[in-house]
Amino acid sequence: MANRNPNLLSRYGADTAFMTFVAALMAFLYVPIWVLIAFSFNSSRSLTWPLSGFTFEWYEKLWNNGDLLTAIGNSFYVASGATVLTLIVGVPAALALHKFHFPGKVIFRRMILLPITLPGIVTGISMLNMFRLFGFQLSLETVILGHATALLGVVVTQVFARLQRLPKSLEEAAFDLGAGPWRSFIDITLPNIRSAIIGAGLLSFVLSFDEIPVTFFLTGRDNTLPMYIYSTLRRGVTPEINAVGSIIVLMSLVLIIVSVIATRDRNK
Amino acid sequence: MAAIIELENISKHYSPTIIGVDKVSLAVEDGEFVTLLGPSGCGKSTLLRMIGGFEEPTAGTIRLADKDVTWDPPYKREVNMVFQDYALFPHMTVGQNVAYGLKTMKVAKSEIATHVRDALTLVGLYDKVDQRPQQLSGGQRQRIALARAIVRKPKVLLLDEPLSALDAKLREQMQLELKHLHEKVGITFIMVTHDQGEALVMSDRVVVMEKGRIAQQGKPQDLYDHPASPYVANFIGTTNFLPGQMAATGAGLVSIEIGAGTISALPDVALPKGGVVTVGFRPEKARLLAEGETAENILEGKIAEVIYYGLGLRVAVELANGERVSVDSLLPDRLARSAVPVVGAPARVAVEPHNVFVFEGSVAP
Repeated sequence: MANRNPNLLSRYGADTAFMTFVAALMAFLYVPIWVLIAFSFNSSRSLTWPLSGFTFEWYEKLWNNGDLLTAIGNSFYVASGATVLTLIVGVPAALALHKFHFPGKVIFRRMILLPITLPGIVTGISMLNMFRLFGFQLSLETVILGHATALLGVVVTQVFARLQRLPKSLEEAAFDLGAGPWRSFIDITLPNIRSAIIGAGLLSFVLSFDEIPVTFFLTGRDNTLPMYIYSTLRRGVTPEINAVGSIIVLMSLVLIIVSVIATRDRNK
Repeated sequence: MAAIIELENISKHYSPTIIGVDKVSLAVEDGEFVTLLGPSGCGKSTLLRMIGGFEEPTAGTIRLADKDVTWDPPYKREVNMVFQDYALFPHMTVGQNVAYGLKTMKVAKSEIATHVRDALTLVGLYDKVDQRPQQLSGGQRQRIALARAIVRKPKVLLLDEPLSALDAKLREQMQLELKHLHEKVGITFIMVTHDQGEALVMSDRVVVMEKGRIAQQGKPQDLYDHPASPYVANFIGTTNFLPGQMAATGAGLVSIEIGAGTISALPDVALPKGGVVTVGFRPEKARLLAEGETAENILEGKIAEVIYYGLGLRVAVELANGERVSVDSLLPDRLARSAVPVVGAPARVAVEPHNVFVFEGSVAP
């Protein structure tokens, strides 16, 4: 050791420390997920180490659990509905913010962003009160309205940010080359904000899919998946829940891959 | 030749005090290459954008081929623009970019392919037809932007500082290329630039703008040799300015008292005796006299600074009254084999009377 370069040693030490930190961080993030997946295939009903054997039993049970399947279906319905609704409202709102100058524009922007920062409980209670006041029946549709409200800020922020980065001259060039406002939007603006719209849509979908607080207040007799899991958890963690969790992890993975492919900048 | 573009008293007032363009009238002939020249904020780009339809004037009329287009949006004008940042569509290939302006004109598909090929061949980039703009260099993008604009055969092509994003060497090359392209396609070009060299090299006519108005317009050589004001003399080329007073007037030759002596000149306009004037001359049109040599206008002083710039020397001479003038001398030989003036040595500057500008008033910039 005596004739080693001390700088080399300290650099090696720093690198090792950093790599260890990264490894620890990754473990912290992903070990629980691996445990979840492992136990979903474990043949014992109790969640204790060591694993006792391999089985598909919990997945089969899950397949035969009507309530759970309905809850999954409801979650898909709510997440899709909320995503479509936020996009329909959010994209034009972002365009308006980008394009027009009107009095109170800054306030309008802040107001759109507000629901993101509000705790879900506040959004949930206030919307519950409003629906009650107007005599709405609580249902999955009211949940969709609630989610869309809470997620609007996500879509507007993402699309607006992309629009701000788009050079103004692109639209002017389209005008210059004979395209009217509508055509230049379809041909030039839309393709250039497409990945932001898809990204915001996927993010909204995921956020809506596992949302609990707003759903808790606004749903009627129907349950979404997170609500169902939450209610069964009161009887303890069952291997079935692990199986559902594993399936969600798998779907998230698929969604991530889809989003990476769909939003990849073909321009580079 | 008839005027293809006529501007009549065009103004753009953002507010009563903020004036972009003020009562500009300008006629551009069919096939001409006109440059709008001026520093940033002089209104040249605003004027160009109003011709393109991207901004609306607050007063005045714009006529394109005798038709009033003042209120027409850009997509209804037979005018095309090359943008400063080129504004190529990043999600389209080079070919699709060039074809876009033809598609909106509803040109038949088979014809579009031919026109695109011709336009890209004209700028020498047909081999890049399937690439994306991001894959090309700055100079290549510039050419694609040109091809995209001229493929529509506009009546007028507008160029907004088209070369400003290129490096110096490429800029020089593109100046000539643009000039040749203009000769080849025969379309009227209106270019905006703040680079006086660019304006002189490329244009048939230069319009110098100052604070939203036209300061002077004319052929490059007229502006350079007969600037109407110190502003123009200073913006185009370099000029030495000296304050003076008209001492004697005559038919043609006049003499002006400048403190460090008198100077004779052949002014373009008649000026009253005793009037306050500003005298100007260009560094390259003055010379340092050798010992014993005589000339018509001699200013005496001493060498204050010598700057070597490759092509030659720029020598600053401090006159007896403290004013400084610059004199350029080309170096036909390498520096080591040339006689270089020594700082502090006495010097005599000579400038021929026909090379002296005389401007009324003491308005040296």
